[in-house]
Amino acid sequence: MSLRIAKPGLLTTVQDGGRWGLQHLGVVPGGAMDRVALALANALVGNRAGEAALEVTLLGPQIAFEEDVLVALSGAEFDASVGDAEMPRDRPVFLPAGSEIALRRAVRGTRACLAVAGGIALQPLLGSRSTYLPARFGGLEGRALRAGDVLALAPDAAHIAAERYEKVSKRASSRGGVRSVRWSAPALTLPEHEPIALHAMPGRHHDEFDADSRRAFFDAQWRVSPDSNRMGFRLAGPVLARPRGGEILSEPTCLGTVQVPANGAPIVLMVDHQTTGGYPKIAEVAGADVPRLAQLAPGATLRFAQCTLAEALELRAALNARMAAALRAISWEYGE
Amino acid sequence: MRDIVPALTGVAVHFDPEHSALPAAPLEAAEALIRQSIDAMPSRLAGRVIEVPVCYDPEFALDIVEIAGRSGIEPEEIAARHSRSEHRVLMVGFAPGLPYIGGLDPALALPRRATPRTRVPAGSVAIANLQTTVYPFETPGGWSVIGRTPLVLFDPAREAPSIFAPGDRVHFMPVSRSDYVRLK
Repeated sequence: MSLRIAKPGLLTTVQDGGRWGLQHLGVVPGGAMDRVALALANALVGNRAGEAALEVTLLGPQIAFEEDVLVALSGAEFDASVGDAEMPRDRPVFLPAGSEIALRRAVRGTRACLAVAGGIALQPLLGSRSTYLPARFGGLEGRALRAGDVLALAPDAAHIAAERYEKVSKRASSRGGVRSVRWSAPALTLPEHEPIALHAMPGRHHDEFDADSRRAFFDAQWRVSPDSNRMGFRLAGPVLARPRGGEILSEPTCLGTVQVPANGAPIVLMVDHQTTGGYPKIAEVAGADVPRLAQLAPGATLRFAQCTLAEALELRAALNARMAAALRAISWEYGE
Repeated sequence: MRDIVPALTGVAVHFDPEHSALPAAPLEAAEALIRQSIDAMPSRLAGRVIEVPVCYDPEFALDIVEIAGRSGIEPEEIAARHSRSEHRVLMVGFAPGLPYIGGLDPALALPRRATPRTRVPAGSVAIANLQTTVYPFETPGGWSVIGRTPLVLFDPAREAPSIFAPGDRVHFMPVSRSDYVRLK
């Protein structure tokens, strides 16, 4: 049982819930940029939340399936098709043997997760199947997928697909011959109208920036720079200055930390960030807003709304509640 | 608790804020845990001794001539001073297996390069300020390169993926170019 990459798209990698417990050795958890999309895509095909899936970016891949599979696509909205028909998103889709799906351009958001029932049968490395591109390990040979790559699926993926699709078939639909369902999971992380509002807490070195820079960080409109990637999003906008306080000794960083290097242009650390860094931290983006940030493309505009740690935890609880409700609804459709 | 990351002047405790066994005041609990660990630490860590063969040949020591010019110390003497000093791993971070090693001879202490190199080869031994690092992978880097080790610093398939851990003592052993090639 396998899938074959006919066209790789811009950046298609294997990602899961991340590689935890090794940050003291410099190994970042990594994993899917939009953890909400990963959890939903997996739930839609009956997998556990952190199972490995394909993360596709901006221009999607073309993928051929050798045998029957059950797949789900969550996160960014792609112009996608199965053969000649439209590929349904945010729902389980049963693909008979020999199907080929084409994910073209992302129409809203930038990253989607494609989960396959039974998961992707790569050997985990240090407890995860996530691809860590900077150090070239994990996933398939530590790299983005290329045309011709073949990824093994669960040996009984076809059986799992039939069994699980049977469970949700009481509300099945077949539009244009594509076998799916009449319900869908909500998209919880797609960007609304710009500028996107993200919540952020003042960081450890916030008070060392001059008054103009402190004000500008929370007032200005920022633009995601083209040289943004899974390690960090560079933001273009006003130049931030930190006249006091010299060099900083390397200290731990987090997902969502906003560093400001000497050039004054902030960088928001994303999932493949360095575990430590010596740049001053002006802010920390609220964890609940990181998946929405992950859905922004270069050129997108955003603003930061200042929040407290307590408010950030409330936002997180609210997002988790929305996710839990979506996951419960999916379980219900599975008759569980 | 998901990760504990010691660094030069701080420790990060990464935890899952939704975990069912989370104490009522997680930040205070984490701080207490860190304080306990610090109090329980021996004043002088024994540490393992890690021997790191280094070829200081100019072919690998990309910046040694420049450092010689700036410090007034001959390249051979830079290599000798570097390998003679007592070094200790202060932290591992930034990239998988990348050590921040303290104990550089103050005569060799120079700031980071004004313009970082876009590509520093894997295994490069580099210095900045009072520290040494070894690049586990080819990456961009702003430290001055004075040699190269044939060791593979980080291998995710190894039982202990990282050669270095915080607290390790490090001996840099000068090796010839032919020994470097043999050890590679």
